Amino acid sequence: MAYSNKVIDHYENPRNVGSFDKDDDTVATGMVGAPACGDVMKLQIKVNAAGIIEDAKFKTYGCGSAIASSSLVTEWVKGKSLDEAQQIKNTDIAQELALPPVKIHCSILAEDAIKAAIADYKQKHGG
Amino acid sequence: MNYFQLFNLPAKFDLDLTELGSRYLKLQKQFHPDQHSSGSERDKLLAVQQTANINDAYHSLKQPLMRAEHLLALRGLKISHEQRSFTDPLFLMQQMELREQLAEIDQSADPDAVIDTIERQLQQQKKQLLQQLATALDSETAEQDQQAADLIRKLKFFFKLQQELELIEQQLQD
Repeated sequence: MAYSNKVIDHYENPRNVGSFDKDDDTVATGMVGAPACGDVMKLQIKVNAAGIIEDAKFKTYGCGSAIASSSLVTEWVKGKSLDEAQQIKNTDIAQELALPPVKIHCSILAEDAIKAAIADYKQKHGG
Repeated sequence: MNYFQLFNLPAKFDLDLTELGSRYLKLQKQFHPDQHSSGSERDKLLAVQQTANINDAYHSLKQPLMRAEHLLALRGLKISHEQRSFTDPLFLMQQMELREQLAEIDQSADPDAVIDTIERQLQQQKKQLLQQLATALDSETAEQDQQAADLIRKLKFFFKLQQELELIEQQLQD
């Protein structure tokens, strides 16, 4: 199956790979996985006092589309408020990366990862 | 279609695989398109269709995860095509760590020993989860069926890890 140029770009030069210290109070972590293909995705956000996502990092074990989807999402969430980041839809990710139908679940995984990270932040900070 | 019924076997997770194998061969012979070459076009078509069903059924029942999924589907819980993300953080954290261990194998001084250690760990975890799955499926309650579905999802991650490990082993040998 042919990957789009954008997927290949993110796959070959993934943005924001790595981890933050999960015990840092400003850091929140979203962990999600896709049983069907065994992909595992960790997405972390660093949120400042104004509630803006200052930085984001990811680590994904999976196919090129899963890596590209999480890489793209870390770029998109930077500078956004939690509410704005919450609005990111898997269809936007799939469209931006021109994902074929069989890879749509990779974009769903990335959307769920950012939502899980936001939920983790809200839980850490009392809702 | 009920695959267990097709082979006239009890719809249970704990399945006699030898018996399944011999019933499969018998059915396959019975419906082999060559046996129906003198029949009408319709008969031939039916035989081809039936052969395909028998093959699908056999391959599904042979593998424990597919067998478990089929059992749950018969009970009205379909999970084979779900796209929902799995979100158990502790389990996923462990998966992430195992993936990291796999990724570091080629930098190890003794890769074979590391592979052996991980392999043993995977086998043990899989065995444990499969035992839990058998118990959950045996109880035939809606609650335990949900539990079984979650165990199948977890096992899929372990089967994937196993595949990845075999791939690494292959690459190291080449």
